[in-house]
Amino acid sequence: MSNPIAEQGSRRHWLRLVPLVPLVIALVIGGFLFAGLNLRPKEIPSVLIGKAVPDFELPPLPGRPRGLTTADLKGEVSLVNVFASWCVSCRAEHPLFMKLQASGVVPVHGLNYKDEGSAAMGWLRRHGDPYDRVGADLKGRVGIDWGVYGVPETFLVSAEGRIVCKHIGPIMQRDLDDKLLPFIKALREGGTPQC
Amino acid sequence: MLRASIRFALLVLCIAGWSVSALSVAVDRPLEDPAQEARARANHKQLRCLVCQNQSIEDSNATLARDLRLLVRDRILAGDTDQAAIRYIVERYGDWVLLKPPVKAGTIFLWAGPAVILMLAIVLIALWYRRRGGPAGRTVEPLSLDEQNRLKDLLGDGDRS
Repeated sequence: MSNPIAEQGSRRHWLRLVPLVPLVIALVIGGFLFAGLNLRPKEIPSVLIGKAVPDFELPPLPGRPRGLTTADLKGEVSLVNVFASWCVSCRAEHPLFMKLQASGVVPVHGLNYKDEGSAAMGWLRRHGDPYDRVGADLKGRVGIDWGVYGVPETFLVSAEGRIVCKHIGPIMQRDLDDKLLPFIKALREGGTPQC
Repeated sequence: MLRASIRFALLVLCIAGWSVSALSVAVDRPLEDPAQEARARANHKQLRCLVCQNQSIEDSNATLARDLRLLVRDRILAGDTDQAAIRYIVERYGDWVLLKPPVKAGTIFLWAGPAVILMLAIVLIALWYRRRGGPAGRTVEPLSLDEQNRLKDLLGDGDRS
């Protein structure tokens, strides 16, 4: 209190900033909301990335020759597509897998998740069968081992049988061009692309 | 005749209503040992459903939640401890499935944040009061000579003297 006028002056100076407080709060909240626009809370990151494919052995679909086991995923880069005949968005991505099969870029294996064998076979007859091997996971236990929580999901598996990448939801041409195909190329050249 | 048919219709409605509600509460088959079942249920409540996010698998009607409930029961039947059963699910789906996140380097702010912010608030409030000289012992600045004269005028002291 040695200089009351100066003291009063500095307090006034301080008070002039008070109207800015709501603005600052609004900016902080707005910043969080803006960042939230680009988050996808429905996409739960997989903990299996970089790990070996789970140990599993699935029988083939009725009337289709080859089932799917852990050993089948070693030796070359491949895609594992989780699909079901009851899954609507699987139909959206299906033509892409047909094209992949026709071009022979990469073998695509199917994990038929909680489906009926006859329904799955009917679905493949109707829409085409792009798969090299298909394992029938009737109870969905193998799906759980892969961390599957929705259909479709697609995994990129390295030649050593390691899960490199997981795509949640239907694959679009863009995902293939920007992500999967460059990754497959990098894997074949001995690189270790990170998802 | 009319009354009989109305009564019949009511009976049909009641039976239909009962059967529909009976279907909708189709619960999973509990474990035979009630102690094991209680442990399974307690574990179900700690696990988050991946489909109906923010519901536990105990509360969710999603088929995946049901599959996971069965899986937890199987793990407990196989002799897993509660921790091992939970770890089994976490190994597949990550910490995300835990409704109560574990204390880790990445979650330390989540756990310590509220306490830190509270301490910060207490310190700031204390500093603020100190600066003002405390709520009770607040010093009032004396009026200047001009202000004193003006106050006198306003109070009418000038007229009386």
